[in-house]
Amino acid sequence: MTSSTPQDTTSLRQKLALRGIDGVTLLVLPSVLFVLAIFIYPFIYGLLLSFAPIREGGMFANYITFFSDPYLYNTIAATLRLAVPVTLLSVFVAVPVAMRVRLVRRQRLLTTLLVLPITLGTVLVAQGMLNYLGPQGWFSRSLMLLHIISSPLKLTNNYWGVFLSLIITVFPFTFLLTLSYVTGIDPGLEKAAATHGASAWQRFRHVMLPLLVPGLAIAFCLTFVQAFAVFPSAVLLGAPSGPTRVISIAAAQAAFEQYDFTMASAIAMIMGVVQLCIVLIVLVVRNLFYRGATSGGKG
Amino acid sequence: MIRDTTIGAKLWITAVWAITIFFVLNVLAIIATVIVSSLGTRWLGTWLPNAFTLNWYASAWQEFQLGPVLFVTFQIAFTVVALSGLLGVTAAYAMARRDFPGKKLVMFLFLLPLLVPPITFGIPLATVLYQFNVGGTFWGVVLANLVPTVPFVILVMIPFIEQIDPKVEAAARVFGAGTFKLFVHVLMPMLIPGILASLLLVLVRTVAMFELTFLTAGPTSQTLVVSLYYAVFASGVRAVQSIDAMAVIYMVSTLVWLLVALRFVNPTQIVARGNQSSNAH
Repeated sequence: MTSSTPQDTTSLRQKLALRGIDGVTLLVLPSVLFVLAIFIYPFIYGLLLSFAPIREGGMFANYITFFSDPYLYNTIAATLRLAVPVTLLSVFVAVPVAMRVRLVRRQRLLTTLLVLPITLGTVLVAQGMLNYLGPQGWFSRSLMLLHIISSPLKLTNNYWGVFLSLIITVFPFTFLLTLSYVTGIDPGLEKAAATHGASAWQRFRHVMLPLLVPGLAIAFCLTFVQAFAVFPSAVLLGAPSGPTRVISIAAAQAAFEQYDFTMASAIAMIMGVVQLCIVLIVLVVRNLFYRGATSGGKG
Repeated sequence: MIRDTTIGAKLWITAVWAITIFFVLNVLAIIATVIVSSLGTRWLGTWLPNAFTLNWYASAWQEFQLGPVLFVTFQIAFTVVALSGLLGVTAAYAMARRDFPGKKLVMFLFLLPLLVPPITFGIPLATVLYQFNVGGTFWGVVLANLVPTVPFVILVMIPFIEQIDPKVEAAARVFGAGTFKLFVHVLMPMLIPGILASLLLVLVRTVAMFELTFLTAGPTSQTLVVSLYYAVFASGVRAVQSIDAMAVIYMVSTLVWLLVALRFVNPTQIVARGNQSSNAH
């Protein structure tokens, strides 16, 4: 940027202030330095560390070990088998429920109840579910009382235990996120469609859905990334050496049982790459849809 | 409001509500099982325990050394709250008031730690912390917990600060207030509700943050969630009711702060961070 002649006499301080840099701007520095030092640096360090294996076999040894040992590479599939259905189910159920709840004036009680499992966290939900879903728990008992099943369901220490606990902690998150997007759409748009005789399904399909797609894509990504990082409930409610041996378990074992931090970093990087891939796919798909204002314009 | 009166629409509405109620009932039942179990003497094969007692709380307190654990938990949580408030609010002020080159990049930098799940960045972070001999100590846990909370405070505070009229600050400057005086006497009183809300949420998040604390804590820096995890992990060693009593104590120590925080924020804001707050009044 070249300043014109009259300003040539201005000091460096004033020039910087013109571009928005002064004492106040510097207040952002401590936080930036903190994030660089405690978040970005460890990430780069971990990336480099993963290429410096403590075992022999060249710089890719950790990655070669991961992708040649079925006990390790199968964790990706095991995690996807949990995360993808949980995410899809959460998003598909969250949309109709959010569409309904937005019409209710007193949402506060429901949203407060739903924020409980998010706040309490997976460890507490896992402990509660061990009792609740166990063979003598209230869930099986109620179903038996209603004569829906004749013997208790086996819902803990297997795939379904982890699946259900993920739903309990992840669905409220997806729902509240979707609700904030749905309430951001101008209700006038839907009213206009109704005035022109659009049925409920048509209003949803041709008015609400196109406006919701960008928000839903974000909700899908955030939900998926959370579900993919499942850890405590996979250990406590699942079969951590069997079908719910998820990728974070493999990473934690490499770090704290084998003390091989290079391998643990490699697994963490692989975990990050898989998450990134799914997020990129979702964002590419989203770009195929309409993007525009969610509020009604005049005209 | 548009009313749908066809039978199909009514069935659909009923189905949607049925699913919602079913879900909420299950959530409540899960929480209730923990509470009932912690209060029961023996609970085998019946709807409710045979008799009720408070003894499990005393034994849990002893067995799991909850006194020191709770002390460490809140020491860590309040340190995290103070530091993330200090770093976050000042950075949010600069982000809200100035347009500087590279602002988008800085914003992206603050968003990243909230988007990447803790377990993914926690492992390399723990490696680095152990390298510098902070891993397993009080400060290691604090540093790890600050990673998501500093950006969280920034993102919640930016819209709060933006809605304050800059003319108020200009007026204070005209009357000779320095930056420090301006902060303490003009900005702080107006920002208190926002700061309080975001810091309470940080408190809740830190007490409930399992992954990062699990990865970086040593024997003397464990928080309550991590102790609870180890207790559930080794269940069979201790009585279930005792673990449940500990779980209830954990639940109370988180929910108290959540209830206070909910007086200042809408539940949707807890999930849809800062940038959504224009929708949630």
